[in-house]
Amino acid sequence: MGRLKDAVIEKILLACALISILTMIGIVATLLFETINFFSEVSIASFLFDTKWTPLFKPAHYGILPLINGTLIITIGAAAVALPLGILTAIFLSEYASPKFRQVAKPVLEILAGVPTVVYGYFALTFITPLLRKAYPETNIFNAASASIVVGILILPMVASLSEDAIRAVPRSIREGAYALGATPFEVSTKVAVPAALSGILASFILALSRAIGETMAVTIAAGMMPRLTLNPLEGVQTMTAYIVQVSLGDTPRGTIGYQSIFAVAMVLFIMTLGMNIASQLIRQKYREAYV
Amino acid sequence: MDNVTARKRIGKVFWAMCLASTGIALIVLAMLLYDSITDGLPWLDLQFLSSFPSRIPARAGIKSALYGSIWMMAFTALISLPLGIGAALYLEEYEKESLLKRIIETNISNLAGVPSIVYGILGLALFVRTLRLERSILSGALTMTLLILPVIIISSQEAIRAVPKSIREASYALGASKWETTRHHVLTNALPGILTGSILALSRALGEAAPLIMIGALTFIAFTPQTPFDPFTVLPIQIFNWISRPQEEFRFLAAAGIIVLLIFLLSMNAVAIIIRNRYEKYSRW
Repeated sequence: MGRLKDAVIEKILLACALISILTMIGIVATLLFETINFFSEVSIASFLFDTKWTPLFKPAHYGILPLINGTLIITIGAAAVALPLGILTAIFLSEYASPKFRQVAKPVLEILAGVPTVVYGYFALTFITPLLRKAYPETNIFNAASASIVVGILILPMVASLSEDAIRAVPRSIREGAYALGATPFEVSTKVAVPAALSGILASFILALSRAIGETMAVTIAAGMMPRLTLNPLEGVQTMTAYIVQVSLGDTPRGTIGYQSIFAVAMVLFIMTLGMNIASQLIRQKYREAYV
Repeated sequence: MDNVTARKRIGKVFWAMCLASTGIALIVLAMLLYDSITDGLPWLDLQFLSSFPSRIPARAGIKSALYGSIWMMAFTALISLPLGIGAALYLEEYEKESLLKRIIETNISNLAGVPSIVYGILGLALFVRTLRLERSILSGALTMTLLILPVIIISSQEAIRAVPKSIREASYALGASKWETTRHHVLTNALPGILTGSILALSRALGEAAPLIMIGALTFIAFTPQTPFDPFTVLPIQIFNWISRPQEEFRFLAAAGIIVLLIFLLSMNAVAIIIRNRYEKYSRW
């Protein structure tokens, strides 16, 4: 009797674990199904190379370039904010800070990471954009710069804490070896600790950028809803995620090309983020320095 | 100036740069809180908490969104906790190193990186359309469950791994079966850690708006839900709706809503921290 019960329970627990596989299959199948419908009406060439994105009104254009452009502008801007700040914060926390300082700084980073993204959107629109408009009066109310800054702040805790973990994993003996050779703390952290942790730091960068690409509410609020092929950060742009939100806020019936277009856009988004996640895992596994 | 002094000076400049970067996180958090509190506090009163949304800012409130968020949290917890803990127990206690385990674990870390809006699309296609659950609390809770399951599983696995082997062996030595050992000893000892991680995962779901916008959570609801099959709205969606309006008064309402959301979130985090501290105090292997 006991054996039977144990066997049944094992199967139930296995079923729980298999839900994750089913979820992945569900995501791929859902996206694939409607994306195929979408491409039965729109050619892949015009999807990839047309420079206009106007699927919801006539004349309809289905070029995803403006959305990718919007997403990349914001992601690059966010990287410019988060990567330098994140790595310097990580170095400070792992190499310089006293345990007491860490006890304060870590929860602050955790809270910052837990703030809902609509709040970041509000902050961008009511605080950062007005500041930008004071400095550059030609700035649009919705602009890529302000979205970049908040997305940068949003991914900063991720870069800082993952990089810090990587730097702290470098054994003390290596640092002490460098000190014994007469290196200063600056030289130890930049020439010994950081290079030794490079794979973990790179992995954290990629993971954070993939998070920036998938960020939705903050960029929808701050960057606006106008798909533009522009490099000017003071203009509004639309990201892939913001387009998906725009369609689902409106009344777009199932089976229309507008409805199918969000699946095609989501497919591109999914492939980009999944690719970056896998790359981040590979880097961590392949280039990890094993210290015994 | 000799070589050593110059090198030390560079070191000092670098130290100052690192300190400044760390400080920026603190300053931004302070500005963010200051910005929403000064805008929203004058609007935050009992009337705001107990009124439904309205076209007239002075009469508008957050009642339906607050109720919706509470319902959503309750059902998400109810569905995601057993599934997540079950999966973690399976991976840690039942499946030893195998190909299946490696596939499942790699898949879970990939799922953790999928943007939340993609989960919303899955929820729309699967729960709203295919299972015909419509735009209900249940559809929302199921979608949120899929979104936070990877986080719950990963943090539960860590908590389970921290239970020492000797405890399991003592239980087996007394003749307990595998499930008895798992339930009474592994699970009991890992539970505080599991709860801490799960509450943090749930608090992430509390702040998420994108997946629920996808499944069609409405923005104007003038009633509180009575059953899990009712339509609903949640705090972040209500806030988003107010932010998107042109009139300035609605911005202030949004800020007041943000204060409510942050208080809700911080109290959940506080519970998680209390559980973590108690656990650290009482458990010494």
